[in-house]
Amino acid sequence: MSAPVIYTNKLTKRFGDFVAAKELSFEVPAGEIFGFLGANGAGKTTAMRMLCGLWVPSSGEATVAGFDIYHEREKIKRNIGYMSQKFSLYEDLTVFENIKFYAGIYGLTNAQIKEKSQALLHQLDLEKESGHLVSSLPLGWRQKLSFSVAVIHEPRIVFLDEPTGGVDPVTRRQFWDLIYDAANKGITVFVTTHYMDEAEYCDRISIMVDGVIEALDSPSNLKTKYGVDSMDEVFRQLARSAKRSE
Amino acid sequence: MIQINHITKTYNKGIVRALSDISLNVERGELFGLIGPDGAGKTSLFRILTTLLLPDSGTATVAGFDCVKDYKKIRESVGYMPGKFSLYQDLTVEENLSFFATIFGTTIKENYELIKDIYIQIEPFKNRRTGQLSGGMKQKLALCCALIHKPEVLFLDEPTTGVDAVSRKEFWEMLKRLKDQGITIMVSTPYMDEASLCDRIALIQSGTILSIDTPEGITKAYGEILFGIKSSKMYQLLQDLRNSPGIASSYAFGEYLHITFKSNTNKISEELMTHLQSLGHTNLDLKEIEPTIEDCFIKLMTNTSSLQTKPI
Amino acid sequence: MKQLLSFVIKEFHHVFRDRKTLLMLFGLPIAQIILFGFALTNEIKNAKIIVVDYAKDAASRQIIDKIEASKYFDVENSLSSHEEIEAAFKEGKIKMAIVFPLNFYEDLSRTNKAQLQVIADASDINTATTLTNYISSIVMDYQNSLTRGIKPPFQIQTEVRMLYNPQLKGEHTFIPGMMAMIMLLICVMMTAISIVREKELGTMEILLVSPFKPIMVIASKFVPYLLISLVNITSILLLSTYFLKLPVQGSIFLLYAVSLVFIITSLFLGLLISIKSESQQTAMFISLMATMLPTLLLSGFMFPIENMPLPLRVISNIVPSKWFYIIVKSIMIKGSGFQTIWKETLILFGMAVALLLISLRNFKIRLA
Repeated sequence: MSAPVIYTNKLTKRFGDFVAAKELSFEVPAGEIFGFLGANGAGKTTAMRMLCGLWVPSSGEATVAGFDIYHEREKIKRNIGYMSQKFSLYEDLTVFENIKFYAGIYGLTNAQIKEKSQALLHQLDLEKESGHLVSSLPLGWRQKLSFSVAVIHEPRIVFLDEPTGGVDPVTRRQFWDLIYDAANKGITVFVTTHYMDEAEYCDRISIMVDGVIEALDSPSNLKTKYGVDSMDEVFRQLARSAKRSE
Repeated sequence: MIQINHITKTYNKGIVRALSDISLNVERGELFGLIGPDGAGKTSLFRILTTLLLPDSGTATVAGFDCVKDYKKIRESVGYMPGKFSLYQDLTVEENLSFFATIFGTTIKENYELIKDIYIQIEPFKNRRTGQLSGGMKQKLALCCALIHKPEVLFLDEPTTGVDAVSRKEFWEMLKRLKDQGITIMVSTPYMDEASLCDRIALIQSGTILSIDTPEGITKAYGEILFGIKSSKMYQLLQDLRNSPGIASSYAFGEYLHITFKSNTNKISEELMTHLQSLGHTNLDLKEIEPTIEDCFIKLMTNTSSLQTKPI
Repeated sequence: MKQLLSFVIKEFHHVFRDRKTLLMLFGLPIAQIILFGFALTNEIKNAKIIVVDYAKDAASRQIIDKIEASKYFDVENSLSSHEEIEAAFKEGKIKMAIVFPLNFYEDLSRTNKAQLQVIADASDINTATTLTNYISSIVMDYQNSLTRGIKPPFQIQTEVRMLYNPQLKGEHTFIPGMMAMIMLLICVMMTAISIVREKELGTMEILLVSPFKPIMVIASKFVPYLLISLVNITSILLLSTYFLKLPVQGSIFLLYAVSLVFIITSLFLGLLISIKSESQQTAMFISLMATMLPTLLLSGFMFPIENMPLPLRVISNIVPSKWFYIIVKSIMIKGSGFQTIWKETLILFGMAVALLLISLRNFKIRLA
């Protein structure tokens, strides 16, 4: 097996006396869908920001796509994609302008942009809407477009921060089809969600409680370990013990 | 308690249709859920009922008062918690609560009984600025503020959005207790799994009501036999099922895939299993299951062709 | 009434818990005045001037030498003709020009009377006044040296011409201008922002759904900013009296009374802006455009309105700070009573009523 795409060893982030993330150690292999769960304030965002190269850790070591998160943050940024529920696309630009903009940021050539955007529009069945403003699209479509844009430069890893919040159940499933498709192409998917059924779609899940990773395994192993039949109950058992919030 | 007759609401001079011809009734003392994704029109409906917006057409009454003509009376008798938790971040917990109490012409003391159960959980932090509270605690405080004047009807617009699973569960337990005290509650949520906690629900999508019934009534009306299936290669399984003849619908649902057959015979399911085994699936498991609200929502959405989102 | 009080208290909490706003509200006026105080007392050094010497005789030579020797002036170059002066002013190269007419010494010695022309750029009033005073004293000094203390038989008349602002309207005008600006800024911007913030936060939804009358929401927003403005007026007046030694000549009571009218006008303007804007940024931007710019440009505070083109003069009439500025100037500097300012006060009052009516027409008891 090749080297892990994400590797962390005792990764810690402190804010003054407050330990937001404590000694996180895990590895994520290429092409895995890695679910990152935790109650509000458990430290998910902190961990994600460190891995994206936005925050410098207080201690510990980590590599993302083979690059050191202390010294090679620019290289990391070239090799990851990022999408969140809040930030997605420029609403006052058209679908095509958004694609072109993001592709341009990652240095794709004009020919590549043309080819990629056509494939992308075709995959999402948005060819007719290519010239429409993003603000005119329903939320679900926007989220799908947003994801496709986040992986347009074929990153090694894509970070998804609650990508499906508030999306209708049909579109939510279509969104997961896109995730599977990306994972099949070898892109590692790092995803947070509040929907427990979506936790089941992940290859492995980590559950953070109070800044610490309390559990890390495949959904079925976790259910066996905690002797329950749904991820919902696994999560509740773990999160109930949480002392702090936000 | 709440009567809605043929309400239609559009924005941008009729270009965006938020609600089309909505009609529903909520009985006194009922916990009524409005279930649907973002953009379905839930907030628009809440704002019309709380007299914040005027409908384009149709009428609605709350506690017997007309939403347009008697807006002042309604404003005296309802409690409302908007989608964003609306609290002053720079005031303390206690200051927020006593401010809203005074605005509604009452005091914390007067109606303390009603909010006691909830307020007790955040009371230890009463001198803390609201901006420094967690999402779950803010939500509890917002609920206290909406309840402080002992409203007859309580409107809660997506109170559990962005709140983690544990806090969500606690929140629903609080709503149950409020209902037991005789308050009529109308609550909206995008989480389908919360639907079963309501007395009755309306499924709403793109401004249209798909169905109104008790949660049991809705799942009973599913009308087809639903199966759950899993194997060791789930994504592969989903793709193989989509290419299999005889499968009417198939989609991921947590640990299992949910499928329905075009016709239900033992033979057809056996054939499917053989077919899947031949494609190399192992650890296959197929079982009949009870449909959930989410299954019904998906079915209603795909059946109503005008509401259907594009397939990939 | 209790509701109103509780609302007002809440508003004060907002103000006092936000350190930055607090500093701006109370610190800004004080800082401005103190800074200005230093600017006033600072001498002007090495001001660039030009000398046009048509006389080229002993007297003119000696006066020019004295000017050149002074640390206040930096004599650029002596131009040969009058026409070049205007051009030099327009380019902004010089602060002042001195013209010695032909036969300067001859006039002086024969008729005991000579004329000397001093032209100053009075769009910068303070510099202009100071510089002409310096020149006058240098000329006086020269005169004294001729007569050696005896009653001067010779008289040199310095004919001072103030370019761009002939009547020198601007003396001690800083304080009235500051009062107008600060009150406009606080009342308009802070009111507008604090109302719009409730919209952004979503609390406006709850307030609208409450039995508390929407118009009372607005009323309770006014109280804190009205009080803060009164405090600011007081601190400005105290500083101006004791720090800048510019006491109020007229009635303090009258000054407060008209200020109140002006504050109310500003509050209503803030209300109107808040009704029309959906975000705090919009509210802030419109407020700045509606207060700072007109006050700086069109109130007569910085630039004399008399010299403006007609369209600007007409527009200046709808700027509330123009009228307030005139009123404060009259009361503070000239010591005028109500009989001289009643017209301006009435105009401000009319503006307040008009703004209130427009606001009420546009005020919504619902969202959208």
